[in-house]
Amino acid sequence: MPGGLWLLVFFLIPIFFMLSVSLQTGNLEQGFAQTWHFHRYVEVFQQYRPQFVRSFEFGTIATAITLVVGYPLAYWIAFHGGRHKTTFLFLLLLPFFVSFVIRTLACQFILADDGIVLGALKSWHLLPQGFHILATRTAVISGIAYNFLPFMALPLYVSLERIDRRVVEAAGDLYANKKDVFLRVIFPLSIPGVFAGILLTFVPAVGDYVNASILGGTSTTMIGNIIQLEFLQNFHYPVAAALSFVLMGVLLIGIFIYARVLGARSIEEYV
Amino acid sequence: MSVVLARDQARAPAEPPAGAKRRWTRLVLPIYSGLVLFYLVLPILVMILYGFNASGPKRVSFRWQGFSLFGYAHLFVRPDLTAALKNSLFIAVVSTIFASILGTLIALALVRYRFGGRTITDFVLFMNISAPEIVLGASLLSLFVSFGVPRGIITIIIAHVMFNIAYVAVTVRARLAGFDRHLEEAAQDLGAGPWVTFTRVTLPLIWAGILAGGLLAFALSIDDFVITNFNAGTTQTFPLWVYGAVKVGIPPQVFVMGTLIFAVGVLIALLNVVAHRRRA
Repeated sequence: MPGGLWLLVFFLIPIFFMLSVSLQTGNLEQGFAQTWHFHRYVEVFQQYRPQFVRSFEFGTIATAITLVVGYPLAYWIAFHGGRHKTTFLFLLLLPFFVSFVIRTLACQFILADDGIVLGALKSWHLLPQGFHILATRTAVISGIAYNFLPFMALPLYVSLERIDRRVVEAAGDLYANKKDVFLRVIFPLSIPGVFAGILLTFVPAVGDYVNASILGGTSTTMIGNIIQLEFLQNFHYPVAAALSFVLMGVLLIGIFIYARVLGARSIEEYV
Repeated sequence: MSVVLARDQARAPAEPPAGAKRRWTRLVLPIYSGLVLFYLVLPILVMILYGFNASGPKRVSFRWQGFSLFGYAHLFVRPDLTAALKNSLFIAVVSTIFASILGTLIALALVRYRFGGRTITDFVLFMNISAPEIVLGASLLSLFVSFGVPRGIITIIIAHVMFNIAYVAVTVRARLAGFDRHLEEAAQDLGAGPWVTFTRVTLPLIWAGILAGGLLAFALSIDDFVITNFNAGTTQTFPLWVYGAVKVGIPPQVFVMGTLIFAVGVLIALLNVVAHRRRA
């Protein structure tokens, strides 16, 4: 299995190397030595706690927004899409045909102080001149929510589409009103999709740094920005490796609990 | 901003009066869905539109300054940007070929054979897809740093093959689920050897799955920023170049190239749909 070997060499083994690098000390000029400096984990966590907390906070809010925005959309396409269902799904997938960086860049153009939206609103005096969105939490969170909305909406759609229409009709025949049909039949049956969507959105949202970097400012730095900075600009490999390892650890424990509760199969089906 | 708008809509009357019940599904939900879909497509429209913004050759301004075809007429005048785009295409082609072959082999092994490492392979595929990109990029960089491997186009290709294998494997496996093995047995009964059976029977049947997986791999590769950023060294790809230019100013060619990549992608997808309809 050469494919399995590739994954072993370039996916599993690197994780152990990351662990090893995170326990080294030294610098780029004098080289790094393996010193099993376990205290580093305490240090990086103390030093970068605000960024960790912010990443999870932004990730949670953005995931909640995609769920609230995406559910009615997925519901409508699945149950009322009619003949044009494929067209609507295609529109939902359309953002994937544009590079992630360019999509975020386009968001920057939309949210910019004198861009097509804010600029127009300001020239009509609907907004004060000093109003701005870029470099705020709102900009970063809405950017993340935009970029990951399809990841939420698609599994939701799949789970809603799968529901046997006869079950819904049966509930109606048994005198359930529309609200009860939704709350007691449709929503419970779509729960696997909700969980898959949350997983697919939350994990990349927490690790993202493109949105924070393009749409955010100095007060919206996320843990991804720090990892990138320490690895690629400061060359503090051990610090960056330790941060990545903590991030991976926390997320993997979360995924593991999630998979235990729901069964990995049910999530995997939607990946 | 549209997020806020859309949320307010969702919170609108939860329990309409009896007479208005149909209106909820007939009117409110379609309008809402239309708005959300528009919101999803809006940045794409902005990208296409700003490719025509007449704001000079150096950088596209946020402000709209009139219509111009400058970006289209001078598409390849920036050698560094053109080189980055070429790198992206080269990496995408090479990594797609490798990932398609290796991913298909994994899928075949997973479906056909009950072997010891099966559950583990399954789990590794799942982890590979669900782990955050930044961790994949950072851990691979740790490996390269530990062995003093210089970062460049080779390390980018290795990284892209790594994250694409899982996607190809999952796509091909889904296709293999409905595969009738009696066809292979029939071929062998008729005197075909294993190689002929594979190339004349198995491969044509799973070809659609491999093609779908390959297209997905190509799209993911050409678009990837995070993992590439960690393993690129000084090599530039299209997304890396764009990200680097954000602070300095985006030249109009970036939006034009984005628009062209988008157009080609949509065209291929539509052709695929049409071909499917014909066959069905």
